[in-house]
Amino acid sequence: MQWETVIGLEVHTQLTTQSKIFSGASTAFGAEPNTQACQVDIALPGVLPVLNKGAVERAIRFGLAIGARLNRINVFDRKNYFYPDLPKGYQISQFTLPIVEGGALTIQVGDEEKTVRITRAHLEEDAGKSLHEDFHGLTGIDLNRAGTPLLEIVSEPDMRSAKEAVAYAKALHTLVTWIGTCDGNLQEGSFRCDANVSVRRPGGPLGTRREIKNLNSFRFLEQAIDYEIRWQIGEIEDGRAIQQATVLFDPDSGETRMMRTKEDAHDYRYFPDPDLLPVKLEEDWIERVRASLPELPQARQTRYRTEFGLSAYDAATLTSSRTLSDYFETVTAALPKADAKLAANWVMGELSAALNRAEIDIATSPIGANRLARLLGRLQDGTLSGKLAKQVFEAMWTEGGEPDAIIEAQGLKQMSDSGEVERIIDTVLAANQKSVEEFRAGKDKAFNALVGQVMKATKGKANPAQVNDLLRAKLAG
Amino acid sequence: MSLSIDDVNRIAHLARIRVSGDEAVQYQGQLNGIFDLIAQMQAVDTAGVAPMAHARDLFQRLRADVVTEPNRREAFQSVAPQVADGLYLVPKVIE
Amino acid sequence: MQTIKSIATLLAEGKISSVELCQDYLARIAAHNPNLNAFVTVDAERTLAEARAADARRAAGQANLLTGVPIAHKDIFCAEGWLTTCGSKMLANFVSPYDAHVISQFKAAGMPTLGKTNMDEFAMGSSTETSYYGPTKNPWDVARVPGGSSGGSAAAVAARIAPAATGTDTGGSIRQPAALCGITGLKPTYGVVSRYGMIAFASSLDQGGPMATTAEDCALLLNVMAGFDARDSTSLERNQEDYARDLNKPLTGLRIGLPKEFFGAGLTGDTATAVQAAIEQFSKLGATTVEVSLPNSGLSVAAYYVIAPAEASSNLSRFDGVRYGYRTPDYADLTDMYEKSRAEGFGAEVKRRIMIGTYVLSHGYYDAYYLQAQKLRRLIANDFAQAYQQCDVILGPTAPTTAFKLGEKADDPVEMYLSDIYTIAVNLAGLPGMSLPCGFDRQGLPIGLQLIGDYFAEVRMLNVAHQYQLVTDWHQRTPGGF
Repeated sequence: MQWETVIGLEVHTQLTTQSKIFSGASTAFGAEPNTQACQVDIALPGVLPVLNKGAVERAIRFGLAIGARLNRINVFDRKNYFYPDLPKGYQISQFTLPIVEGGALTIQVGDEEKTVRITRAHLEEDAGKSLHEDFHGLTGIDLNRAGTPLLEIVSEPDMRSAKEAVAYAKALHTLVTWIGTCDGNLQEGSFRCDANVSVRRPGGPLGTRREIKNLNSFRFLEQAIDYEIRWQIGEIEDGRAIQQATVLFDPDSGETRMMRTKEDAHDYRYFPDPDLLPVKLEEDWIERVRASLPELPQARQTRYRTEFGLSAYDAATLTSSRTLSDYFETVTAALPKADAKLAANWVMGELSAALNRAEIDIATSPIGANRLARLLGRLQDGTLSGKLAKQVFEAMWTEGGEPDAIIEAQGLKQMSDSGEVERIIDTVLAANQKSVEEFRAGKDKAFNALVGQVMKATKGKANPAQVNDLLRAKLAG
Repeated sequence: MSLSIDDVNRIAHLARIRVSGDEAVQYQGQLNGIFDLIAQMQAVDTAGVAPMAHARDLFQRLRADVVTEPNRREAFQSVAPQVADGLYLVPKVIE
Repeated sequence: MQTIKSIATLLAEGKISSVELCQDYLARIAAHNPNLNAFVTVDAERTLAEARAADARRAAGQANLLTGVPIAHKDIFCAEGWLTTCGSKMLANFVSPYDAHVISQFKAAGMPTLGKTNMDEFAMGSSTETSYYGPTKNPWDVARVPGGSSGGSAAAVAARIAPAATGTDTGGSIRQPAALCGITGLKPTYGVVSRYGMIAFASSLDQGGPMATTAEDCALLLNVMAGFDARDSTSLERNQEDYARDLNKPLTGLRIGLPKEFFGAGLTGDTATAVQAAIEQFSKLGATTVEVSLPNSGLSVAAYYVIAPAEASSNLSRFDGVRYGYRTPDYADLTDMYEKSRAEGFGAEVKRRIMIGTYVLSHGYYDAYYLQAQKLRRLIANDFAQAYQQCDVILGPTAPTTAFKLGEKADDPVEMYLSDIYTIAVNLAGLPGMSLPCGFDRQGLPIGLQLIGDYFAEVRMLNVAHQYQLVTDWHQRTPGGF
């Protein structure tokens, strides 16, 4: 029997401000506990919130990037509940009138393109952290994170598989880091996903959803959703109805487990925060932010396909991060002869492989884009063969240095003197009379053997195309 | 309208205030008296009236994104009920 | 009579030092506070240190008008190094690590703190009987309440054990105790005085203001208290005003609005007579009167007892025994700790209001209560706007009765809430209001006259009140025995 999965994501993105959303305390990660929790963050009696312009600006930026509607007047509400890492006993968030509504994100799943609609994105403050170890059965509360600005991005339930959910999460991750609203650091919790998952008969009414909380890696997101889908189908097929609930994913067991059911869901008593006035977005501010937006990944993908003739897959890969895309563009622009395909192949091939092996980000690549372009230039002008170029790349990676210097020092220059190549060919032909006869008898394989011998004799420095041409001429003559 | 004992217990729990059985009965009477006073509001037709959440219809002023607050942990934690290693301590939180 | 104006003159002329002044007041506090319970915290060392600093500043030629003049602060204002209890057991051990904006302003002016005054717990009350530190007594009759919630400040000024004090007013908490104690108090336009460091009761209604013996003193104090503060998002960015600038303007041509709803069946006896006499006095001063109508003002108590508890229920959630304040000594788990700490740390009235507020915001009731109250608030504010097309200030009684007996209304919350029937609408609208003495009832208890201005009409109101005080002496009368 067929089942259809329905998934919506709520993603909490920490905004890249210097200070907190409602106080002047630092948002830097990793400080000693409670040293970045000021009187506002720890909610001393009498303190008041004042909204950080940088947080609002980042929300505008995101809204513009997804083609959303920006609510020119938006409102902060209080979400009331008790928890030790929530110092005021309420979280300041946007409930009825969020800053961003609507918009969409295009995702690539395999060869297919799909649009995921965004319901809304609202500004809110993060809570502190509860630490459960080392205190003899007590919990320690660190409020450094309390008040860190978040933009919570809520999607429509438009995804139909864990793969699609991951593709959406990755596309969103690309976008928010691309436009600089979030640093995207998953380990530090800058980008956290909650997944609402339900299953139904295709075309049937929506099933009851369960929400998987706090997934901070794309792998866990996929595993958790896949487990949850199997679990829900199993329950229904065994005749048990799904209860609305909030669950947590345990990476060790690969399973989700219940946190709370709808019955003990909170009554948050939302109401407009009387300490904060409605926020008004002036048109000229919005236009200034719009003007400061970089070319977005979707626009670049289209350009790479139409202008550069790259495949959809290559275009998507090269725009998976702004640093990668910018690197590729720099290489392409610096090539002596326009050849985006060559640049794409090297960036996604040799360079990516080397970066992966070394586990470093392209932003800190030991080979800069312009240096790579100078290497590829030597390929384009015939100084290097593909094989030699890879050798030079290896040397540049491990020892550094300019490609020309390496070529010179290691004598890796491709033989361009046809006289010398001809002499070597003559020697090879003389020493391999058997192959020559076989070739003349119609055996094409024999030709390849002769090419191989010539290349070996030149230590790979001959241009294979040139060897080919000269050899054919000799054999024909 | 009239609050039941269950209502009183529910809101007391939402507000995290422990209420004994006797207190609940007392609160029920007092709160119902107050809600009788409030009830006169319900007769007023407010269709089309914009709710007034603030004393003045103004917009939020925005703060420049600058770090201004120094570390004052020691002063702040000097009035805390229980701390260790710079952390506020509470009974174990179970998730 | 020692007004702060006259004290300032003595200091300026070198006839007295701030230290001598403070010693004198501290001695008066020591003598009378056991009887009145107007102060919850007195710290002579700290006060005298501040007085010495003020004297040094004067000696250095850097004194302002009020440098060296001592003032008492309602215990709702956080003051660094001072116990700041807000009248609650919850904050019985809370020594504030920071200064409220108002406190910084007085410090900057060089005015020593005489102590922290008693108040209804978290400013919730109209009699100062809900204080964890016991009720304050009215100096005019110690068997009676001083009003509230700024009852400690009002009693201290009335008994002349402090020359002036700060108060806060959410539904009448400056004006009603000022009336019941026979002093002058001003609640400014919402946003004129920063709420930063003023422990929140109902954020959209709370406003700090001065309490003193005269309107002129209130003007001088407001000059210190008022001003823009970037730390309060609701603080208004306006040019600094001199609130004393028009005190001496004649009242010729002043149009006084008399809301017919304030002069109806509820207003009887000596209060009605005294208010009527004040109106005649104003006519003699050249003012004219016009009847105005505030048709929705009768709903203000109902709307207030939805809005104020709703905001309070959320504002008081931070008192959870985790980072400061009271924590129950004995608990089984986290929820137990929360529920017991809050049950034991808060008094009955605070808990009642938290529960009302929690209920009106809870799922299924929000629209019928909170939203409806907010709409009524708009109607009430619109009434005032309408009225100010016909008049410059509105005049009426401050409170329906004079000071009532301790315990008289303590068991009947609704009866207590009705003490603020004339003051609450002003907070809902965010307007300035003040109370000044206008007579005594036949038991010798003071009666308060309320002036309500349009937004930012403080200068005009103080002018009106000062002109009245030039031709009356109600504000100069002092209770016997102090």
